[in-house]
Amino acid sequence: MSTRWSLVARTATILGLAALVSLSLRPAATAEAQTTIKAVKHSALRVLDPILTTAYITRNHGYMIYDTLFAMNDRFEVKPQMVDKWTVSADKLTYTFTLRDGLTWHDGAPVTAEDCIASLKRWGERDTLGQKLLEYTKELRAVNPKTFQLVLKSPYGLVLESLGKPSSNVPFMMPRRIAETPGSKAISEHIGSGPFKFVQAEFQPGIKAVYVKNPDYSPRGEAPSWASGGKRVKVDRVEWIAMPDHQTAVNALIGGEIDFIESPPHDLLPVLESAPGVKTMIINKLGLQGMLRFNHLHPPFTNPKIRQAVAYAVMQDDYMKTWISEAKYRRTCLAMFVCNTPLASEAGADGLMRGNLEKARALLKEGGYDGTTVVLMHPTDVNSIASYPVVTAQALRKIGMKVDVQAMDWQTLVSRRGKQEPPAQGGWNMFHTNWVAHDVMNPVVNAGVNTKGAKGGWFGWPADPQIEDLRDQFAREGDPAKQKKLAADIQRRAYEVGAYLPLGEYIQPTAYRDRLSGILEGPAPFFWNIEKK
Amino acid sequence: MYGFIAKRLLATIPVMGVVAVVVFLLLRLSPGDPAAVLAGDAGSPEDVHRIRVALGLDRPIHTQFVIWIGQLARGDLGTSIISNIPVTRMISQRLEPTAALAVTTILFAVLVSVPMGVLAAWHHGTWVDRAVMAFSVIGFSVPVFVLGYLWIYGLAMSLKWLPVQGYVSISQGVWPFAQRLILPTLTLSVIYVALIARITRASVLEVMGEDYIRTAHAKGVADRRLLIRHALANAAVPIVTVIGLGVALLIGGVVVTESVFNLPGLGRLTVDAVLARDYPIIQGLILIFSSVYVLLNLVIDIAYTLLDPRIRY
Repeated sequence: MSTRWSLVARTATILGLAALVSLSLRPAATAEAQTTIKAVKHSALRVLDPILTTAYITRNHGYMIYDTLFAMNDRFEVKPQMVDKWTVSADKLTYTFTLRDGLTWHDGAPVTAEDCIASLKRWGERDTLGQKLLEYTKELRAVNPKTFQLVLKSPYGLVLESLGKPSSNVPFMMPRRIAETPGSKAISEHIGSGPFKFVQAEFQPGIKAVYVKNPDYSPRGEAPSWASGGKRVKVDRVEWIAMPDHQTAVNALIGGEIDFIESPPHDLLPVLESAPGVKTMIINKLGLQGMLRFNHLHPPFTNPKIRQAVAYAVMQDDYMKTWISEAKYRRTCLAMFVCNTPLASEAGADGLMRGNLEKARALLKEGGYDGTTVVLMHPTDVNSIASYPVVTAQALRKIGMKVDVQAMDWQTLVSRRGKQEPPAQGGWNMFHTNWVAHDVMNPVVNAGVNTKGAKGGWFGWPADPQIEDLRDQFAREGDPAKQKKLAADIQRRAYEVGAYLPLGEYIQPTAYRDRLSGILEGPAPFFWNIEKK
Repeated sequence: MYGFIAKRLLATIPVMGVVAVVVFLLLRLSPGDPAAVLAGDAGSPEDVHRIRVALGLDRPIHTQFVIWIGQLARGDLGTSIISNIPVTRMISQRLEPTAALAVTTILFAVLVSVPMGVLAAWHHGTWVDRAVMAFSVIGFSVPVFVLGYLWIYGLAMSLKWLPVQGYVSISQGVWPFAQRLILPTLTLSVIYVALIARITRASVLEVMGEDYIRTAHAKGVADRRLLIRHALANAAVPIVTVIGLGVALLIGGVVVTESVFNLPGLGRLTVDAVLARDYPIIQGLILIFSSVYVLLNLVIDIAYTLLDPRIRY
């Protein structure tokens, strides 16, 4: 026995020493820079290609390391960013863009017109607005290393709006060799010309992403406004830390272990607002819009009367009240293209979403509802959406509809919503989601009013040639007043056919330590201009 | 003995084969689509389809299986669908925090629970015994996340002795490493202390009734020696079994603790991979967990021979 024990003891000692030696031989982690912002983002970064995915966390990563040709400011004006000057021909068919001096990629190579052309082509493969722009584009050609031209087939009203698109997918510029990767395949190099450099060696998907200041970045002279203007980095390093538990993130912020929480849950805001050394602010004042989507391919929502019945039965205020108690963080808004934006209107929304059950029941009867069960997908793991199906189901039951609320996780919903089969064969009738306001603020980017039908349409697949014609007119129109009228016409028709129902808007505050200053407003949280004491 | 070890190691091959087939089929037959996850919430049906084709997820299941098994035979666990990073790299990034937490938890649990169990058995029927049993019942009953928040509130938020969250590798300093493991270890070990203390108490109590203990007592063997050398040594087999099972359960059961204390371990990687339908990661993790379970069982079996000379293979 003693021999066996001594053998075990010797083996354990050797293994222990080996473990210690191997640990001590590991390269020491990068020493923490003096000014490091530790930020907890709204979700964990896993996908690094902002063109492949529309995920907002990847868009935010894109803003850190890439730059854009144009960018939108807080007055919804599109301003040059990487572009120094631009001209448009008298026939409005040829746009000529000249890049700023001194633009370089993070590997030191100069930014060229060819890089930008390749980036635009890749973005145009994936993004709705990009696809529309390329549909109208006859040619993208380099004139010289710093100048390129976009030649249109016919006049198009959204050229600059497309190039300065603020939210997913943002037309970020990448070196040509990277941008030539097919849009359906992830890029493997993460080199941009933006204000921060990505530290690939410290990236742990789902855990941590690290960015350091790009010392070669040459900011514009203008003051920063949203994604436009001078992107002056005032810290050495930014660490994005993923924390799956909100309470832990809140405790860490109060304890001073982190500097910034992008999206603290609304129910924990009172704790943060009363904590010493912690401040809150609203970065994206336009907020987010809730959406109720019908599946137009299967009964009962093949019938427009029944879709209208639902529109009369539900009440906007109920949706936001169920999960946001403080009125200052939610609002009712009947504008499909978001309240407080240039295209906001209430066209076609008379009497809708005010809980008019009598009218709803009458429409249901008129539509000949035969008791078909509505399969309603209920994602239980996303706090900001989880209550919507419950509210809808209650309204539907009140007017006599049969509802089957099916609980699932969000990723199951995201997969299942792509099925065009009938609900009995794994399909669905209804789901809910939220959109960042910037992604729905005009009829071309707003997926809810895409009415191309089963081929080319967004999940739910409404088909309406009239709306598609109006969207096309909107895209070609360059006059803002006429665009506004067209947007109102589109919205009126979209309500009439029940393309989707906006469920109101909510605001997501951000919390941070008072040692940070200079946090900018914008469609996404930006880390330039922030100082840390 | 060596023959036994070799046989057991060979037996792991068919076990792993079955695990591989079952895991692969379960994942492919359960709802979910990594292409939809990758496309993002605003991705169109066409985007999802294009990504699915690019990833080869549109191929027949048997073709995908053959490709995966081929990779596996070359020692390649594949690449994460979502992050485009090799699975082995992702697992190795997350191994240290989980291993560190498992080791500290089991060490702490054994060091505390075995004396507690022995003490309870020695003072059977007294207040000491009742106190140990009461602790044991509470340890089993209180959910891990509640304990975690209580520790954070008390030791991190109120007294400010320890950080709330995070993990620092031991290569960056022993104290920062230890400092961030104290609360998770205290939290996670309570249930194991409760479990091992109960088993130790029961085993020692059973042994204490044996004739040889009475004989040793009659021969005038000192209490401490009697308890440790005679009673505990002979009660060790069930205790080691429970400790071994505890280690196995720990590896898969650290998810909540890792979330509450923001430890970047394998538990969180597993949950994230399942939610994102990142098939290669889930498959890789389950294969590794299964191997660990098989090896742990082997180690426990070998430990029996050290603890009880009557056991021979």
